[in-house]
Amino acid sequence: MLGIVRQKMLEQSLKKIPPAVSVLRSYSSAAKQMTIRDALNSALDEEMSADSKVFLMGEEVGEYQGAYKITKGLLDKYGPERVLDTPITEAGFTGVAVGAAYYGVKPVVEFMTFNFSMQAIDHIINSAAKTNYMSSGQISVPIVFRGPNGAAAGVGAQHSQCYAAWYASCPGLKVLAPYSSEDARGLLKAAIRDPDPVVFLENELLYGESFPVSDEVLDSSFCLPIGKAKIERKGKDVTIAAYSKMVGYALKAAETLEKDGIDAEVINLRSIRPLDRSMINASVRKTSRLVTVEEAFPQHGVGAEICVSIVEESFAYLDAPVERIAGADVPMPYAANLERMAVPQVEDIVRAAKRTCYRSVS
Amino acid sequence: MASWGRRSSGMVHHIKALSKVELRGKAGAMKGGWWRYPLQPGVASALVPRSWPCVNTMASLFLVQRFKSSLPQKQVEDDDGDQDLDFPGGKVAYTSEMKFISGSYDKRIPCYRVLGDDGELIKGGSDFEKVNKELAVRMYSDMVCLQIMDTFMYEAQRQGRISFYMTSFGEEAATISPAAALTKDDIILPQYREPGALLWRGFTLQEFVNQCFGNKDDGGKGRQMPVHYGSSKHNFVTVSSPIATQLPQAAGMAYSLKMDKKDACVVAFIGDGGTSEGDFHAGLNFAAVLEAPVIFVCRNNGWAISTPTSDQFRSDGVVVKGQAYGIPSIRVDGTDALAVYSAIRAARSMAINEQRPVLVESLAYRVGHHSTSDDSTKYRSLNEIEHWKTDRDPVNKFRKWVELNGWWSERDEADLRSSIKKQLLKVIQVAEGTEKPPLTELFTDVYDLPPSNLVEQEKLLRQTVNKYSHDFPSDVSLH
Repeated sequence: MLGIVRQKMLEQSLKKIPPAVSVLRSYSSAAKQMTIRDALNSALDEEMSADSKVFLMGEEVGEYQGAYKITKGLLDKYGPERVLDTPITEAGFTGVAVGAAYYGVKPVVEFMTFNFSMQAIDHIINSAAKTNYMSSGQISVPIVFRGPNGAAAGVGAQHSQCYAAWYASCPGLKVLAPYSSEDARGLLKAAIRDPDPVVFLENELLYGESFPVSDEVLDSSFCLPIGKAKIERKGKDVTIAAYSKMVGYALKAAETLEKDGIDAEVINLRSIRPLDRSMINASVRKTSRLVTVEEAFPQHGVGAEICVSIVEESFAYLDAPVERIAGADVPMPYAANLERMAVPQVEDIVRAAKRTCYRSVS
Repeated sequence: MASWGRRSSGMVHHIKALSKVELRGKAGAMKGGWWRYPLQPGVASALVPRSWPCVNTMASLFLVQRFKSSLPQKQVEDDDGDQDLDFPGGKVAYTSEMKFISGSYDKRIPCYRVLGDDGELIKGGSDFEKVNKELAVRMYSDMVCLQIMDTFMYEAQRQGRISFYMTSFGEEAATISPAAALTKDDIILPQYREPGALLWRGFTLQEFVNQCFGNKDDGGKGRQMPVHYGSSKHNFVTVSSPIATQLPQAAGMAYSLKMDKKDACVVAFIGDGGTSEGDFHAGLNFAAVLEAPVIFVCRNNGWAISTPTSDQFRSDGVVVKGQAYGIPSIRVDGTDALAVYSAIRAARSMAINEQRPVLVESLAYRVGHHSTSDDSTKYRSLNEIEHWKTDRDPVNKFRKWVELNGWWSERDEADLRSSIKKQLLKVIQVAEGTEKPPLTELFTDVYDLPPSNLVEQEKLLRQTVNKYSHDFPSDVSLH
C-alpha cells in the first residue's frame, strides 16, 4: 500500500518538474542514477541520432513532449518530420506506421497506454506480426510499439490491463518488458534495431524510479540481447520469476525471505517472447521450487506458460508444485482499497515462496 | 491586442501583461497574434511566445491558472467591416441566416467517361489522354487474359482443384487501366480484386496459378490462400484479408516516399463496402494531413457480398466523401478503359506534383459472385447480372474501340483467345503437378532470423516424420 502511494506521489511531483537529462549527465560520482524516463528518452534520442530512418509517432509525443514525457525534447531536436503528433486514432496511426515500415523506415509507435492498443490490435497482429511470414520474407516490418502497460494507480478497469500474455502468444511478434533503467535502455535500443515487430511494455509507475547505471550502460552503443532473462539476485532455495514492476516486489520479498532463512533467486524475465526458458529451467533445476509473479489476469498468462515449460523440461527437479501469483481475475476496480486487493503484494510473494518450501505461513 | 506591442524586458511586466488575459501563442509574431494551438491545461509551454525563452517554466505555471479566468476575445474585423470568426483552423465568415447544408446535392456528381456503350468516342468529348496502338492492344490483351484466367480458375475451384477463388468479371478495365496509367515505381496496395493490376505489371500466368495451388514454386511459399498475391519485385504489396487496413498503410508508405523525395506515388484500392471501415476514415484523413502522394481508388461495384450500396452508405456514393477530408475527387466509369486511364494519369500527376492525396471512385458492376463461396443469384436478379454481363461488358466495349481504330481484327481475337487458353491449360497442369512447399517453409519468415525454439521444433518434427512416416501425408517434402 505504502509502496503504491509513495510511487504515486513521486509520479505526481515528477510530472510538475520536467526532468532534464543533461543535469544527470553532469554527475561525476561513481554510481550514476538514472530514471526509467531518462533511460527511455536517451535511448530514443541516441537511436534517432544514429539512424535517420527511425521516427516517432503517437498522440502527444511532439508538442506535449509525450503524455508521460518520455519523448521530451525530441521534437525540438529532430523536427516534425521525425516526431509526428497524430490524430486520435490508434487504428489509423498504427496502420500508417505499419505502412511506413513496409516501405522500409523504422517507426516507433507510442500508445498512450497499451489498453488503447486494442483499438489497433488488428494492425499489430495481422498487418505487422504476420506479414513477414505471409509475404514469404518479402516485406519485413521493423516497427516498435511502446507505451505503459499494466496497472497504474487509481485509473480503473480500462486503463489497467496487462497485455504481455496476449501479445506474447502471437508468433511473429517479439515482446519485451523492462524493469530497471539498464533494461529500459538496452532493450529499447535492441527493439529499435531489430528487423521484426517488437511490443515494448513499459510501466507508468516505474517511469520516475531511479536505478544505478554503469558507464557501459550509458554508452550509446549499449544494447541488450532479446530473449535473455537476467538473474537479479542469486539464490538457492526458490526461484521467483517476474517481469516489469513485479521484479521490484520480488526483490523485496527476497529480502523478507532472507530473514526467515530462505535464499530466493529472482529472475527478471526482460523478454516475454521469446521466453528465456533455458535460464528459468536451469534456475529451477538448481532450486527445485518456482514462484511466478505477474500483475496480469491469471488465466492463460505468462506464469501459466512458464509453469508448463518447467513441467515439460524439468518436472523431475520440482520438489513442490509451482506457485502462480497474479492479479485478481476481475476488471481492475477503482477504489484504492479494492485496487490494492486486486494486485499482488510483496506479502503474497513471500507466502507463496514459503509454501514451496513447506514452511507454515503464519 | 494592444499589450502585444508593449514588449519590455522586465519579468514582472511580462506577467502583468499576461494577466490581461490576451494569451499569445507561437504565432505571436503575426499581426493580431492569435494562438495557433487549442488550449490544453498543462500545455502552457506551447503557448508562451518564443521571444520569451526564460519565461517558460514560470510563466507556464502562471498561464495554467489564467485559463480559467479568460475574458472573451476581441473579434477581428475584415476589410468589409463584417465580422469574421477567427477560430483554430482558420478564419470563417459569420452569417445571420440559419441554414443547414443539405445531406446531398440536388444533382449527383456526374460520372466521367470517354467511350459510349457502342465503343465510340463520345461526341464532343476530347478531355482524355490519347492512347496509342501499342498501349491499347496491350491493355486489351491483358483484359482478355484476365477474363479467361478467371473463367478457368473459377472452374478449377468448382472442380475441387483449388480451395477458393475470386473473379474480376466486369472490373477488368477498372483494374488494368490504373496499372497502365502508373509507372513501375508506384506502389500498389490492393484490396483483393486487383489481379489485373498485377498482371499488367508482369506477373505471369504460371505465377498466378502457382499461388492458387500453393505449390513450391509459389512466390508466396504456400503461405496464403488463393488470390492473395504479392510481389515486392512488382511493387504490389501482398493482399491482406482484413478490409481497408491497406488505407492507413498507404498513407504511411506515401509519407515515407515523400520523405525520400521520390517521383512516385502510392495507389490503394478499396471497394464500396470497405469505405465503411474505420480505417477508411483514418487513411484518408491522415493522407490529407500528412500531405501524402496517394491515390485512393474505390472500386464501387455495387455490392459488398450481398450488401448493396444502398445499405452501405447514404451519401452520394464515395466520391463526395473526399471533400470531407479536403481531398480532390472524381467519379469515373469503371467499365471505360480510356476514362479510367485518363483519370488515373491526371490523379497521379496531381498526387506527385502537388504532394497530396486524390480519390477516384470507379463505377463498374461486379458481374461475378463475390467469391467461390458466394451465390449472388440468391440476392440479386438474374436479369440485372445478365444486363451488365452482356450489354455493359468493359472488354467488349474496349474491343469495339480498338477495332474501330483498325488496330484489331477478328483473326487477332481468335488467335489471342486460343493462345491464352492453351497457355492456361498448360500452366494449370504444371502447377497441379508441382510439389507442395517443403517442411522448412513451415518455420521460416516468422521472424527475420529463425528463433531457437522453431529450429528445435523443426528438428523434432523431422525426427517424428521420419520415424512415423506412415502417419504423415506423403506430400510433405523433407528437403
